[in-house]
Amino acid sequence: MMAFLFHRFDKASLVFIVALALIAVFVPVLNLAVPDGSTFHIPTYLVSLWGKYLSYALLALALDLVWGYCGILSLGHGAFFALGGYAMGMYLMRQIGARGVYADPILPDFMVFLNWKELPITWYFFDHFAYALVMIILVPALLALVFGWFAFRSRVTGVYLSIITQSLTYALLLAFFRNDMGFGGNNGLTDFKDIIGFSIQAPATRATLFSITAVMLAFGFLVARSMVASRFGQVLASIRDAESRTRFLGYRVENYKLLVFVVSAAMAGIAGALYVPQVGIINPSEFAPDNSIEAVIWVAVGGRGTLIGAAIGAVLVNFAKTWLTGTFPDFWLYGLGALFILVTLFLPKGIIGALAARFGARGKGEAA
Amino acid sequence: MNSDLTDSILYLDAVSVSFDGFKALNDLSFVVGRGELRAIIGPNGAGKTTMMDVVTGKTRPDKGTVVFDGSVDLTTRDESAIASLGIGRKFQKPTVFDHQTVEDNLLLALEGPRTAFSSLFGWRNRIAVNQILEALSIIRLGDLKDRLAGSLSHGQKQWLEIGMLLAQNPKLLLVDEPVAGMTDAETEETARLLASIAGEHAVVVVEHDMSFVRALNCKVTCLHEGSVLAEGTIDSVSANDRVIDVYLGR
Ligand SMILES: Nc1ncnc2c1ncn2[C@@H]1O[C@H](COP(=O)(O)OP(=O)(O)O)[C@@H](O)[C@H]1O
Ligand SMILES: [Mg+2]
Repeated sequence: MMAFLFHRFDKASLVFIVALALIAVFVPVLNLAVPDGSTFHIPTYLVSLWGKYLSYALLALALDLVWGYCGILSLGHGAFFALGGYAMGMYLMRQIGARGVYADPILPDFMVFLNWKELPITWYFFDHFAYALVMIILVPALLALVFGWFAFRSRVTGVYLSIITQSLTYALLLAFFRNDMGFGGNNGLTDFKDIIGFSIQAPATRATLFSITAVMLAFGFLVARSMVASRFGQVLASIRDAESRTRFLGYRVENYKLLVFVVSAAMAGIAGALYVPQVGIINPSEFAPDNSIEAVIWVAVGGRGTLIGAAIGAVLVNFAKTWLTGTFPDFWLYGLGALFILVTLFLPKGIIGALAARFGARGKGEAA
Repeated sequence: MNSDLTDSILYLDAVSVSFDGFKALNDLSFVVGRGELRAIIGPNGAGKTTMMDVVTGKTRPDKGTVVFDGSVDLTTRDESAIASLGIGRKFQKPTVFDHQTVEDNLLLALEGPRTAFSSLFGWRNRIAVNQILEALSIIRLGDLKDRLAGSLSHGQKQWLEIGMLLAQNPKLLLVDEPVAGMTDAETEETARLLASIAGEHAVVVVEHDMSFVRALNCKVTCLHEGSVLAEGTIDSVSANDRVIDVYLGR
């Protein structure tokens, strides 16, 4: 396992991992141990905000794995993110128990409100954290498996594939809006109280969630990096650049695509599960096609096919988004559009891709 | 007839393919024996490339029989299944992986497990240095092994693709116009190489260059409008009146 994760480890990867390890340790310290008045104190709301950015970074990493390395431009990755988020949300809802407005020990408030008498099967066992963890990975992975099995077998590629991934997330958006689906409809899931016994509002919990997100991002990076640095990654790049040639060499292209797509979906699901407790809500708008498209922009801005770039792109764009929507709320969409156009025209390899080219290090995506 | 089939590495019988009503292959039948070297000639549009497309699973024939190794029906299999059976192909337009190094191109082609899991976890167990070095020295790209394949000249790409075929170690090699873009010396060298690997492998070569075909010194099949016009030694085929009419010119 270790040999697999650290095979052909390079300097940039090391820096990235060390940086994540450092912030996983020091952000909580600066939040919890440094007193409120100090200049070095990091307020809790910022910890959660940056935790959110890091969960987006994990989503971007997942997307870069399929898009940057295998040429699968998924415009529906937000669906896997949201499904992971819902699985976590369902666990958090069941933790509320009798503390809800209607004080039903089993049924979440929205079900009592809808006059439901029994818990739907989909909600069974979600009071167990371990079960929720399994579902966080299993549900997005299974959806990716079924979807990919049909799409890759029938050799749907390029724009057509992008369009059907977009339809997938849109269909889920409509489904999750419905009250009778049993996932809280329009309002989604919120008012969470605690997570494995710790108050979800407590600064220590928030700081821990942040650290776990940083660690999961590092782990996700290691897994993605090992995949693309192996011979598997070499085949992915071949599929991306000359799919039919790869088939004529005897590679089952659909299986390669399916495997990387499923791993990526699971990673996106984990990202969503980390996002929900830090943001405090999950609702159907997470399935909105715009979200998936935004994720593509993060990857393009940071550098497609660089992994680290994708993660950095997600953080930078979202940082800019927070700032812009606070200062000029009407301009964010224009800003995002302009950013995408500028990057496409002037930095086709994204920020990290351009930096790597400038400092002579050939982008891993090229060589992998 | 049936001893033809059982002794063959490739057996085509009455194969037809049409594109929007145009018959690219029209009742094409021919047989290649195990270890045989065969040259296919014929004017542009005769269906030579389409024949290779049918054998390698890129194009499904409308009708006809295509059998590999005396018993394996190829018409129901896809490209990767056919490649795994031991059929390698060099394309008319050289197709290598431009963004990967010469060495990585060979590594990708190297015979061995092709599954996603083996490439993810098992590949480091396969120390293939010798095979790669051997292929590199045969195709004389040893000095360029770390260059990106996309930066090679047309002729070098042709050689790289031939090297990939060798690395694949297939039972049957289908080689489409291998010497286009090569110098005379390279052309001669290619003919020598292909002739030398025949015997151990069956080799089917499509080529226009008649001096190259002569150098292969093997049985020749001339295609025209999707079927066999003539077959035999190079001398008998090039003396055939119909071949002279449609292909060689008077
Ligand atoms: N995919 C295709 N669609 C339509 N026509 C095709 C296709 N492939 C080949 N053809 C036609 O079939 C004929 C045979 O082509 P090809 O096999 O490439 O000939 P050759 O390799 O002998 O020059 C040509 O007339 C060509 O235009
Ligand atoms: Mg041709």
